[in-house]
Amino acid sequence: MDETLAIELRGISKAFGPVQANKDISIQVKRGSIHGIIGENGAGKSTLMSILYGFYKADSGEVFIGGRKTEIPDSQAAIDAGIGMVFQHFKLVENFTVLENIILGAEDGALLKPSLAKARDLLKKLAADYEMDVDPDAIIEDLGVGQQQRVEILKALYREADILILDEPTGVLTPAEADHLFRILKGLRDEGKTIVLITHKLREIMEITDTVSVMRRGEMTATVKTADTSPEELAELMVGRKVLLRVDKTPAKPGEVVLHVENLRVIDDQKVERLRGIDLEIRAGEVLGIAGVSGNGQSELLEVLGGYARGTGTIRVNGIPIDLTGNASDARTRRARGIAHVPEDRQREGLIMDFAAWENVAFGYHDDPKFAPGLLMDHKAMRADCEGKMERFDVRPPDPTLAAKNFSGGNQQKIVLAREIERNPDLLLIGQPTRGVDIGAIEFIHQQIIALRDQGKAILLVSVELDEIMALSDRIAVMFDGRIMGERLPSETDQRELGLMMAGMTGKDAA
Amino acid sequence: MNDALPKWADIVLLPLINLLLALIVSGLVVALIGKNPFEALYILVNGSVGSAYGWGYTLFYATNFIFTGLGVAVAFHARMFNIGGEGQAALGGLGVALVALAIDWPHWALALPAAVVGGALFGAAWAAIPAYLQAKRGSHIVITTIMFNFIASALMVYLLANVLKVPGSASPETARFVEGARLPNAYDVLPWLGFSRSTPLNISFFVAIVACVAVYFLIWRTRLGYEIRSFGKSEPGAVYAGISPIRITMIAMLISGGLCGLMAVNATMGEAERLVLDPVQGAGFVGIAVALMGRSHPVGVFIAALLFGALYQGGAELTFEMNGMTREMILVIQALVILFTGALDNMVRAPLEAIFLSRRRPTPPVPTTPLEPGGHPEKGKVEP
Repeated sequence: MDETLAIELRGISKAFGPVQANKDISIQVKRGSIHGIIGENGAGKSTLMSILYGFYKADSGEVFIGGRKTEIPDSQAAIDAGIGMVFQHFKLVENFTVLENIILGAEDGALLKPSLAKARDLLKKLAADYEMDVDPDAIIEDLGVGQQQRVEILKALYREADILILDEPTGVLTPAEADHLFRILKGLRDEGKTIVLITHKLREIMEITDTVSVMRRGEMTATVKTADTSPEELAELMVGRKVLLRVDKTPAKPGEVVLHVENLRVIDDQKVERLRGIDLEIRAGEVLGIAGVSGNGQSELLEVLGGYARGTGTIRVNGIPIDLTGNASDARTRRARGIAHVPEDRQREGLIMDFAAWENVAFGYHDDPKFAPGLLMDHKAMRADCEGKMERFDVRPPDPTLAAKNFSGGNQQKIVLAREIERNPDLLLIGQPTRGVDIGAIEFIHQQIIALRDQGKAILLVSVELDEIMALSDRIAVMFDGRIMGERLPSETDQRELGLMMAGMTGKDAA
Repeated sequence: MNDALPKWADIVLLPLINLLLALIVSGLVVALIGKNPFEALYILVNGSVGSAYGWGYTLFYATNFIFTGLGVAVAFHARMFNIGGEGQAALGGLGVALVALAIDWPHWALALPAAVVGGALFGAAWAAIPAYLQAKRGSHIVITTIMFNFIASALMVYLLANVLKVPGSASPETARFVEGARLPNAYDVLPWLGFSRSTPLNISFFVAIVACVAVYFLIWRTRLGYEIRSFGKSEPGAVYAGISPIRITMIAMLISGGLCGLMAVNATMGEAERLVLDPVQGAGFVGIAVALMGRSHPVGVFIAALLFGALYQGGAELTFEMNGMTREMILVIQALVILFTGALDNMVRAPLEAIFLSRRRPTPPVPTTPLEPGGHPEKGKVEP
């Protein structure tokens, strides 16, 4: 019995039908360490953690917690074993207070008062120890995401968790909030807690973990000391081949103004003003990157430009104003005006997941005589078009009859990208181009975006990944609360400054 | 994970298992009231497809169900649950009757197209109001179409009892249609098949087949069908592609209502030759089961409609032939079939998927790292 190990997994396997999600995985996590698990989407990280938390039952293999063999049939057993989990999508009751959420499911008796008092005391102590101050009586929906995440951690600590698993915790945070989270995690580690951090961001792994395990295609390919490795080596271990982490590009040669936006405002269905007077310009042959924490109006900006949200103000494409409120204000007319759109959520919007790939290549362009010459659609032309696109964009497997949902995230994105880029648009709107996309495909997608820029097209790039914004943009605009906080050149700024702007400090304060 | 079942299993095997389960449970119910289930099954099958007479009725009912089944299926493709087939078909009956009574039709070949237009228009119009409320106001189509069934029923009673009734007659029905507005039946068209003169099966059956083909082309080959299916699969996707949800909701429901309305051509012009009270007789609801069982595909709808047609006809025979088999018993059996093929589909689907999945060999991940030297000895490996 090894007391120094918080978690030991031996030979864990789990299959979902024909898909082997975890294959003979063994891993040792030392007590009092921060252990990173990195891998591409679909590598099996989440499945492994779900087994540890009792959501799935492993087909074979053993789990040892604190050196003792432990059966974890459900999440209650995991909590009893001292495991706490912070999910990517928080599991909080939005209209409860912080305290109510913390004791939810862990009330000591029929009356809430003693538990609430106990939680309040604990909260005070933790706030002092780890700068985790959260107002105990605040309603969850009034809190920012960073604070909500802290409530999730507090929930786990209230249940006396010794092992804390965090699934992609920084996805919704500003860089400053992420730094704060890392300080909390380090503090917890120094107290003797064990932290397991699941992420796909190499930078975070390098920054805070002690040990890192790499997963690829359901297998654990390596476990190394973080100090002994490099981002390049980890990327290679994740993908299985050498990966170019930087984007090669020449300086932009901006031409005529393609997109001109003035005082653009959008009010949503709940009467909340989402865009509060946006002004921006994009010239031919340049990439304007919009940085910001998600939910600060970037989606609405893409939607109104893409033609499916109403707005007020002026938008001119190639000098000609486009209709923002009338009947001609839909996605179809936008496409006719030379605007192509790779949406943020490809599975919800960009593709019909149940349609075959060949049906999806006409999506949005199904009025094109090429696809629908008369009353009937020309299925042969669609298939042929799809085959060509799959070859040129290296979609794997290159099978047009496969349903969109059966492709990996990266290959789905390539299908959308191929469809939109090959329309030869003047302006490409592209939202979260590499969300849920594996590293190998990221490289390809970035190259395609730069290639399109070099052909003299204007590109509006929206991404929550600062690395991506920095790598691709010729100019960077930071959005916060429906406004543009300022513009920077990538060469003249850094993540710290952008991070402050993303948190709402104006350009001057941030500088 | 939706591809767990091969297509043939989804389309053929699953409905067959569902049907078999329904028959087994029905058999138990029959046995429970002290009757021989095998005898009942024999009468059911023989009465529906054992003679030209049986076939005549089976196909007549099937014609009704094809129309309503297609109607429900088209709405399904736009992810709308049209429960209003009953009311739309009733109003379709009004449209057909108004056309038939409007002029002194010289020949059925002229009256039929006009009646098709009349039935479809009235059915579509009855679907238009719920569709508009759904598209513009977000009122749930299930609720509104159900309400409209009751309104249609009340409206038809009023019209037949007060407006369309033959003066001096006591029965709430219109005058009999003129000779040129009665459809030729199977005896007239295909005399050599042995159908009797009284068989209600009529030329509308061919209209139903044409409707199947038309719906196939509409859904899978036209741009409109592409838009309907896109909208049905993902509304945000449709909006992204520039497809108007309001437009598609309206159009899909109008087509759905129109197809349900066509059912009245068969029931009114083909059989009764006058508009009677409730010519629909539940076909609007059966259409839901038919569309579900037929997987919203015209071929599936056609086959499912045949099955339900046989069930209706065989059930009617059963009440005649078997003492103690009441009309209610037949309803129970029909309800069981609807229950198993429609509502309980997932009960069988999940275990069936598990069976198919376990039979497939898991694809082993490609080994990516070489085994560590001095790793596990390759135990159990036998070299010849």
